[in-house]
Amino acid sequence: MPSATEQLVIKGLHVSVEGQEILKGVDLTIGRGEVHALMGPNGSGKSTLGYAIMGHPSYDVTAGSIEIVDPSGARHDVLAMEPDQRARAGLFLAFQRPMSIPGVRLADFLRHAVTNCRNPDRKEGQELMPMRDFRNELKAKMAELSMDTEFARRYVNDGFSGGEMKRAEILQLAMLRPKFAVLDETDSGLDADAVRLASQSIARIGGAEMGILIITHHEQLLEHNTPLKTHVMLGGRIVESGGPELAQELHKRGYERIRAAYPDAAAAEKAMEESAKAAAV
Amino acid sequence: MSTATASPRAAFDAALLDRIIASSSLPSWASDVRRAAFDRFVSLGLPDRRDENWMRTDVRLFKPQAWGPSAAPASVTVPEGLLAPAILSGDLAADSYADFDRAQAPFASQQASAGSAAAPAPGGKLAGRLASVDGHVVRHELDPALAAKGVVFGPADELLASHTDALRPHWFRVIDTGCDWFAAAHAAFHTASTVLYVPPGVRIADPLHVIAGMSDGGVDTSHVLVVLGEGAEATVLTETAGGGAVGSAGGFHCGGTEIVVGKGAFLRMVNLQNWNTGVWHFARQKAVVHASGRLQWTLGALGSRLSQVAQDVALAGRNASAQINGVMFTEGRQHLVYNTLQHHEAPSCTSDLLYKGALQGKSRLVWRGMIKVDKAAQKTDGYQRNDNLMLSNEARADSIPGLEIEADDVRCTHGATSGRVDAEQIFYARARGLSAEEAARLVVAGFFQQVFDRITIPQVREALAKAIGGRIHRIA
Repeated sequence: MPSATEQLVIKGLHVSVEGQEILKGVDLTIGRGEVHALMGPNGSGKSTLGYAIMGHPSYDVTAGSIEIVDPSGARHDVLAMEPDQRARAGLFLAFQRPMSIPGVRLADFLRHAVTNCRNPDRKEGQELMPMRDFRNELKAKMAELSMDTEFARRYVNDGFSGGEMKRAEILQLAMLRPKFAVLDETDSGLDADAVRLASQSIARIGGAEMGILIITHHEQLLEHNTPLKTHVMLGGRIVESGGPELAQELHKRGYERIRAAYPDAAAAEKAMEESAKAAAV
Repeated sequence: MSTATASPRAAFDAALLDRIIASSSLPSWASDVRRAAFDRFVSLGLPDRRDENWMRTDVRLFKPQAWGPSAAPASVTVPEGLLAPAILSGDLAADSYADFDRAQAPFASQQASAGSAAAPAPGGKLAGRLASVDGHVVRHELDPALAAKGVVFGPADELLASHTDALRPHWFRVIDTGCDWFAAAHAAFHTASTVLYVPPGVRIADPLHVIAGMSDGGVDTSHVLVVLGEGAEATVLTETAGGGAVGSAGGFHCGGTEIVVGKGAFLRMVNLQNWNTGVWHFARQKAVVHASGRLQWTLGALGSRLSQVAQDVALAGRNASAQINGVMFTEGRQHLVYNTLQHHEAPSCTSDLLYKGALQGKSRLVWRGMIKVDKAAQKTDGYQRNDNLMLSNEARADSIPGLEIEADDVRCTHGATSGRVDAEQIFYARARGLSAEEAARLVVAGFFQQVFDRITIPQVREALAKAIGGRIHRIA
C-alpha cells in the first residue's frame, strides 16, 4: 500500500556480531511523524537494531532489508550506504554510550555534521555552513533546550557526565533534524527531572517531520511522546506490538507474560545468554 | 640510490674549509671557530649505536663522502614555506566561538607565564625575512625602523664583523661544536647563516622569518643565532623546505640553532622542519634563558627521511621559564629522533615540555627527554610529557623520559602516553554524517589541540594544523 508519508521499512532483518546471531528476523515500519517505543529485556537485541540501522561495521546483516521508502514509492537501500551516507540520508542514532573526541569542540563537530547532513553530496574540503548562520542556529537550539552555550565549546563528550552526554545527543538531534531517529536509552543515567526535560525536548524536536524509535526500559521518556505503537523485543525478534498501554504494562509488570506467551523467543533469549556467558569465560 | 651517484662536488675537507674562509667576509675570530671545529671534525667518525644519543638512530645508510657543498643554484626558486604565507595572508579564522564562552579559563594556555604576551596581529607583516637555497643566501630584508633601533638581522657573513661585541660572546658558544661528527661538520662548514640581535628593551611586534630551502640533492649547513638583550621581545619563525623525495637524490641538512634570551626578555621561537622525505636532517639546537626571561619554543616536524635533533634549554638565571612544544607528524618510512634536555641551572625556574606526535605508515618517532636539575636549582618546577597517536599498526613510537635531580626542593614530573584512533570514535563521527577521512582528520586535530592551545601565534597553529590535516589518510 503506497503511503502518504516517507517510511523506514525493515523486513526480516537478521544481524550477527562476531558470528553470533543477535537479531533473528525483525520487521518494523516507521513513518515520519510517528513515535514508536521499543522495549525488551537486556540483551534482547534493541541496541543491535539501532547499530544495524546506522551501519556499525561490527554488525553484519546476514538477511533482510532496511529501506527508506519515499511517498512516491521509490525505495532507497539503506544497507548499501556507508554510515555517513545513512546520516546524510536522514537517519540518526542517539548512542546509549556516546564516544568522546578529545580536543574537538562540540560546536566544530556539529558544524561538520550539520553541513554534511544538509548537503548530502558535499565533498570534504568544500565550504562548511556559514559560521554566522550556524552559530545563530546553535545558540537558538541551545536556548530551547535550556543548555548553557559554554557547552558547545567543550570537547565532544570529553569529561561529560552521563546526563551531559545524553543532552548533547539531544542537541545534535535538534540540529540535524533527521527523518528517522533511533534514541537508544536516551533516558539512562538521567534523574527524574532530567528525563522529563528530555521527554519534552524530544517531543518538541520531533513534531510531524520525524519518525522516532525510542528504546527504553521506562515509560517516563514516553510521557510527552505517546507512542503510536509499542514493540516488545525478545530473543532477537519483535514478538508483540501494541499501543501506549503496552509500554505501561511492561513497565509495571515486567516481561514474564511475554516470555510465557512466546516460549520460542524466550528459549532464544536463554540460549543467547548462555553463549554470552560462555564467551565471557 | 642517491649514495651511488656521488657527484663530482667538493667534499667536506681542508681545501673546502680554506675556500669557505677565503670567500667569506667573516672576521678572523669567526674563522678561528671554524678551524677549531674542523680540527675536531677530522678526528671524529660518524656516531654509532654505542653512543646513547644515537642508539635509536640508524645512520648506516648515510654516506658522508656523497655529500659536499652545493654550487649556487642556477635558477633560484625560493620556497614559500608554510609559515610566512600564513602570517602574510591575514586569512585567520578567528576563534569564532568566543561568545560561547562563559569563562576563558578552560581554553587558556596551560602555562600562562610563557604564553601571556599578546600574539602578533592577524593579517600581519614580517619584521624581517631571510631566505637561502642550498646554503646560499638569496634574499634578506629588515624593517628599516627596526634597524634604526639597533636591531641586527641578516646574513652572518655580513653582520658578524660589524657587530662583534654583541655576537661574538655567543657565536658557537651556546651549542656544543665537538660532541659528534655532525656538530663539528656544522661548525666548520656552515654557510648561509643568520644572526638576529635585539638590543635591550626593544620589542618587535611582527615575526621575523628565516627559511632554508634546498634543491633535490642539495646541502644546507645554515646556522641561526638569536640574541635578545635585557627586556627585549621578538618572535622568530624558522623553517626548512625542499630537497628530494624518497627515491630521488634527497638532501642533507646539517644545522644548528643558538638562542640567548636575556634577563626579562621574551622570545617566541618556532622551528618547522618540512623537508621532503629524502632528506637527512641533523640539528643541534640550544637556548639559554637568563633571569626572568621567558621562552616559548615550538618545534614542528613533518618532513625528512631521518632526523636526529638535539633540543636543549638551559635555565640559567632565577625565575627563567621555558615552554617547549613539539608537534610531529610522520608517515611512510620516516624516522625522527629527538633528544631533549631541560637543564635547570638556577633556582625557581620553570620548564614545561609537551611533545605530541602522530604516526602513520611504517614511520618511527623517538623522544628521549631529560630534566636535569643542578644542586643550586632549588624550587625548580619541571615537567615533560610526550603523547603519541598511532594511526597504523606498523608505526612505532618510543618515549623515554628521564630525570636527573641533584637539588632537594623541586617538583619534577613526567608522563608519556601512546594511543590509537578508536574505531568507535570514527563510527560515532560517521554516524553524524562525517566521512571516514573527515572523521580521522578531526580526531587527529583533536589530539594535537592541547599543544596547539599552547602556541600563542594563531597563524602558526593554523598552518601546522592544515599541513597535518592534508597528510592524514583514511583510518580503517
